[in-house]
Amino acid sequence: MKKVYRNASEAIFDIQDDATLMLGGFGLCGIPENCISALIEKGVKNLTCISNNAGVDDFGIGLMLKTRQVKKMISSYVGENAEFERQLLSGELEVDLIPQGTLATRIAMAGMGIPAFFTPAGYGTEIAEGKEIRAFNDKMYLMELALHADFSLVKAWKGDTLGNLVFRKTTRNFSVPMAKAGNITIVEVEELVEPGQLDPDDIHVPGIYVHRIFKGIDYEKRIERKTVSL
Amino acid sequence: MALDKYGIAKRIAQELQDGFYVNLGIGIPTLVANYIPEGISVMFQSENGMLGMGPYPHESAIDADLINAGKETVTVLPGGVFFDSAESFGMIRAGKVDLTVLGAMEVAENGDIANWKIPGKMVKGMGGAMDLVASAKNIIVAMQHTNPKGESKLLPKCSLPLTGVGCVKKIVSDLGVFDVKNGAFYLLERAPGVTVEEIQAKTAGKLIVEGDIPEMHL
Repeated sequence: MKKVYRNASEAIFDIQDDATLMLGGFGLCGIPENCISALIEKGVKNLTCISNNAGVDDFGIGLMLKTRQVKKMISSYVGENAEFERQLLSGELEVDLIPQGTLATRIAMAGMGIPAFFTPAGYGTEIAEGKEIRAFNDKMYLMELALHADFSLVKAWKGDTLGNLVFRKTTRNFSVPMAKAGNITIVEVEELVEPGQLDPDDIHVPGIYVHRIFKGIDYEKRIERKTVSL
Repeated sequence: MALDKYGIAKRIAQELQDGFYVNLGIGIPTLVANYIPEGISVMFQSENGMLGMGPYPHESAIDADLINAGKETVTVLPGGVFFDSAESFGMIRAGKVDLTVLGAMEVAENGDIANWKIPGKMVKGMGGAMDLVASAKNIIVAMQHTNPKGESKLLPKCSLPLTGVGCVKKIVSDLGVFDVKNGAFYLLERAPGVTVEEIQAKTAGKLIVEGDIPEMHL
């Protein structure tokens, strides 16, 4: 059971054109920087990317938009990206916008083996069009389906060689549910340690969900909006 | 005189109660955190996965791994907690968040809200707004009373695509404070120096004015 890979290019070796990918992170916080670079180097095309956001023009998924590798984005919020806007308006890029909690829960349900659930988010709006509607306790809900992907690409803070993961601060975001949802989950970590070095009480994602893990390099961790107190 | 955005935030802060868990949207709502009344303690929830959000960090304490839902660098207060986005919206959906404050482009007299899309213009997405308005127990909208063209944003019916239906309970605008109930806007307070007549003139939806309307205290 060898899960450890040497680097991102080796870990993503079988991602092909037309794949559906989940990419962890919120904005630029906790994104799988090494995997994104490797996808660009590999040049795979027609990707469907499930990610809460689409990066910025010159970082994150924005880099893959620039190289025209993305056919479709499934996201909740895609501002902050001029190239994205251009491709969307010209029809080169498809976009499926989903309420953020619905997106997170659709992903989480895939990792829990639950095919669908009901949520009130979007009832009475255009999001509800074509969806099954049901009342529970006098409140109206939409049926939403679990969201699956061929590959989940996630960055964690620490991981061990068995794939057990620990995240830091607000980087858990979409990365935790995505790590559990991928048909194949590929994780890059800042620190790769031996089994036993992480406290079992502290694990955020058990290794059973993780298929491949490698130690990432050269993290830029770019900040989207630097705000300070004086 | 109509309130500026800080005045709106100050007035909304008076709605905070001790022990509240509060989610603040981007823009004016974020400013509410600066005016928490003395003697009460509230916990701010940031839907990207944090409870106990603190102020912006000092330059030396900036951490790329610690941001709020507006993607701004923030801090976490003692007792704060991190979690993932699915759990975050679980607590929102389950009604654990006591108060949600968010902006709006339009609110209708029946409590419908539109704040995510202007057809024909760039659509950035709804983010967490649809989840928040569909589930929050108590929603206060912070907004300008009129749009840049001077048209009322308190309407009989929203003209823009909806974010949620029948969910807004209260509005604090630059002109006044309004309850939204029984299919109408009930004027509760006026901004200092603003007359009932001005509010009537700038409110397109059904406005109920009962008795003398006091000026708000800031």
